[in-house]
Amino acid sequence: MDRREFLKAFGGAALAGLAPACLAQLLPSSAVTAFALDGKVNTTNKVVVLFLRGAIDGLSVVVPYGDPRYYQVRPKIAIAKPGEELGAIKLDGTFGLHPSLAPLMPLWQNKTLSFHLNCGSPDPTRSHFDAQDYMESGVPGTKVVPSGWMNRLLSQLPNNGSPVRALNVGTTTPRILQGPIASATYAPSPKRKPSMVESPYIARAFEKMYDGRKDDLGNAFAQGMEARATITEKLSDQGTPEQMQQMTAADQGAIQATKFTGFGRQLGKLIREEPKVQVAFVDLGGFDTHVNQGNGKGQLANHLNVLGTGLSELATALGPTYQNTLVLVMSEFGRTVKENGNAGTDHGHGNFIWMMGGAVAGGKLHGSWDGIGQNSLYEGRDLPVLTDFRSVVGPMVAEHMGLSKAQLANVFPDYKLNYSTGTSLLKS
Amino acid sequence: MQNLKRQCCFTLALTLLLGAPLAQAANLAKDKGRVSAQTKSEPDSEEAKVLHLLGRATFGPRPGEIERVERQGLENYLNEQLHPESIALPDSVRQVENLDAIKLSPSSLFISYGKPAIAMAAKNDNNNTKVDKEKLKVLFKESYGKIHDETVQARLVRSAYSPRELEEVMVDFWYNHFNVSMSKGLDHVWIGSYEQAAIRPYAMGKFKDLVHATSHHAAMLFYLDNWQNTAARAADPNAVNLPRKKNNFQGINENFARELMELHTLGVDGGYSQKDVTELARVLTGLGLQKGSGGGPLRPNMEQLRSQRQALRAQRGAALNPGQRRNQVVQEYAPAFSGGINLTEANTRLGYYFDESRHDQGDKIVLGQKISRAGKSSGEQEIDQVIDLLCRHPSTAKHISYQLAQYFVADAPPQTLVDKLTKRYQETDGDIRAMLDTLFHSSEFWDQKYRGAKFKSPYRYVVSSIRATDSQIDNVKPILGFLKQTGMPLYQCLTPDGYKNTKTAWLNPDNLINRLNFATAIGTGRFPGLVTNIQDPAAIADACTTDLSPKTIQAIKDAPDKLKAPLVLGSPEFMLY
Repeated sequence: MDRREFLKAFGGAALAGLAPACLAQLLPSSAVTAFALDGKVNTTNKVVVLFLRGAIDGLSVVVPYGDPRYYQVRPKIAIAKPGEELGAIKLDGTFGLHPSLAPLMPLWQNKTLSFHLNCGSPDPTRSHFDAQDYMESGVPGTKVVPSGWMNRLLSQLPNNGSPVRALNVGTTTPRILQGPIASATYAPSPKRKPSMVESPYIARAFEKMYDGRKDDLGNAFAQGMEARATITEKLSDQGTPEQMQQMTAADQGAIQATKFTGFGRQLGKLIREEPKVQVAFVDLGGFDTHVNQGNGKGQLANHLNVLGTGLSELATALGPTYQNTLVLVMSEFGRTVKENGNAGTDHGHGNFIWMMGGAVAGGKLHGSWDGIGQNSLYEGRDLPVLTDFRSVVGPMVAEHMGLSKAQLANVFPDYKLNYSTGTSLLKS
Repeated sequence: MQNLKRQCCFTLALTLLLGAPLAQAANLAKDKGRVSAQTKSEPDSEEAKVLHLLGRATFGPRPGEIERVERQGLENYLNEQLHPESIALPDSVRQVENLDAIKLSPSSLFISYGKPAIAMAAKNDNNNTKVDKEKLKVLFKESYGKIHDETVQARLVRSAYSPRELEEVMVDFWYNHFNVSMSKGLDHVWIGSYEQAAIRPYAMGKFKDLVHATSHHAAMLFYLDNWQNTAARAADPNAVNLPRKKNNFQGINENFARELMELHTLGVDGGYSQKDVTELARVLTGLGLQKGSGGGPLRPNMEQLRSQRQALRAQRGAALNPGQRRNQVVQEYAPAFSGGINLTEANTRLGYYFDESRHDQGDKIVLGQKISRAGKSSGEQEIDQVIDLLCRHPSTAKHISYQLAQYFVADAPPQTLVDKLTKRYQETDGDIRAMLDTLFHSSEFWDQKYRGAKFKSPYRYVVSSIRATDSQIDNVKPILGFLKQTGMPLYQCLTPDGYKNTKTAWLNPDNLINRLNFATAIGTGRFPGLVTNIQDPAAIADACTTDLSPKTIQAIKDAPDKLKAPLVLGSPEFMLY
């Protein structure tokens, strides 16, 4: 069947199939098992995805310090060798972790953190716009896919009726979560400010109007208010004095997760205390480092410090739930291997996916590595995509959440997944 | 559901909203001249019909509008709206046409607000050749910000205040049909021109003119990559010498051809094959952007710019502020951007350039029809030929009819209406005005079961709130912020299919709570960016074009005075139309 034809067929089927899920979601009393197509679907495990917008420089995250060419092509921005000042933290004989990611080392050591090398989207685009779109829709190369892959994942999980089964840490619903299943959005702010309608005075007035309405609007109201209340309640703590100080900084202007390490602590607490959370998504920006990228310190190092601290706090705050949580960190594409004339890097191709959580086969690097010699690079300049990101994400998510192959095919349609690649990424 | 008749309901609402002595309420009501016939509540009174029509053919009634249309007569009103050119525009609306983002041609916009021009201006600023990249970033941001704000300002002002109400609704409809996202690179500077030059003039004209204009506008050519679409065997030999452009002209790019058939004309089940997509892509080869010397998008002639810059520097004494400097530089250098190509009026207006040298010269067969040109005429004629072919196709008639019926009548529109519209499309060679005339006079449009059955999109919700409260737009940023929060940032739908207009697309818990926050803010006159001064919550209740339920009325009655307006705007009935 023609690729496009297949998609169309899928599109129709998916819409038909998803509509009841949407309704079921809006009707709390409806059968929870409506979408548990497979008896084995896991009801306690969770998937958390962090998206690093702007294309993070993978070679500064997992640093090939053992390859002398790395220092030749990056005279200004290379991360120093382990043992040197602001040097990488040794992972093995070739690779080291960026020093700003030191908070993650305990997770590497307890074998719940790993990285998949040279993976990404097969589409050659170097446009942030197109590449993010493809990676979030989960169908590279095609624009007209109405939903994101995390929303399609939700439609494969049992509807547990919770208004917070999907959490979105950001300000707007990202492409990856778009679709018929609703998610609850909250901004990663150190101080949770309840919105106006949450004040009892105003809430009461609206409740009189909406409570008891047995229609979709009434149900949406009830769910929405409940989700807000839950999030406000769980995030009401003010944090440590240090975090409070950080809050002042973050409160000026737009709140950016890249400036607020507490995103991990908040999300971890929410997931731990609300067992019905099934998926969560965190949007982080600021990785488009064309100019003055920095090395062991500087622009990227600062962002990585926030990210590393945030992820480490996420693991801690999850507590025992960390064992049931699969955290994936991804970015739309990688950056050029060679540094540019502005001590930065330009848009590239392949990158690394980070994997974290109790189920992850951690403490090692996965995927193929051919070095960074000219002949190993994509178009002579970028890391290659040797593994399609769907072959990393798909089987892991399916295995972790107990989806059948048919269910996974609904999450990543139009693609022949390589199961063997993905499942080896989890502990057997 | 215990639906009260609208008028009866309105009287109740009015009384309860005011919460004041009944007598006062009654007096006010009489003053408004609106509920004098309250005792008669026929199922389909003139008033009920006006409400329904205003709910669908406009972005929601403005204060006093229901009475005005009742006086004018529904048929007269409709006829006037179907001929928007007959309605004079107030200066406050007309003046948006003077904004650069709206009035300039795509090439002028690129020259004045694109990166090369800004970079030039910055260089000229520093006499040394090194320009601080961070500073440049700030300049780009400023320049893009200006164009962005002008573009959305123009749209919001027109949607909210233009008396050509149906035309504004149609602009929204067609924009989504031929969606271009301003988030994609250069499109940022071209969106205003795209709507102004390619959509607006044809919103109620012939469908094929819309297809022609949108397919030739720089914004669409860039968005769906056709500017790169090049005959496979005639890859531009000059292009390989251009840094970072070497991949641009290396063969067929099917992206636009596919969407032209799937989204713009035939529809997803329109009966075309992959072979048709490829053949159409071949027809469209060479239809691209205006270019400088050597290919690629319009870019400055560096040699010429350099000499001009030196001359300018030599003669210029006093320092200028950054704005003056940019204007001066842009003016002085403008000739260097034209690339020495003779342009037609249409080239200039829409920003396209047809490059015969990149066009596939072979014969093509699209939908079983041979597309070939007569004699030595330009390959451009093949494109006109194929647009005609697509627009005359029965699948296109059906596709457009379905979409209009869904937008104006019901999420799952009645097939009988789709058939009527299809017939009218075919009879009139795709005359949009004629189709709308059929639609608004159809029994389906007036069918009781479809009244109030549509759920407002976030955009419609915001605009209808601004209209209902007669708010003035002071700053578009907070409004855009709200639209972004609700998943419908203006001009930023990423996918080419545009924003949906169905309930399933927009009704979700988070979105509803966001709306209630918006309602609370605007209803208490505290929404930043809007100047709202509500004297009479009852007048806003007017803007609910669906019946208020007893529950809603009771809730408003029980609420403190200052929450009455927020409750009206946040009521389930105000979400529907």
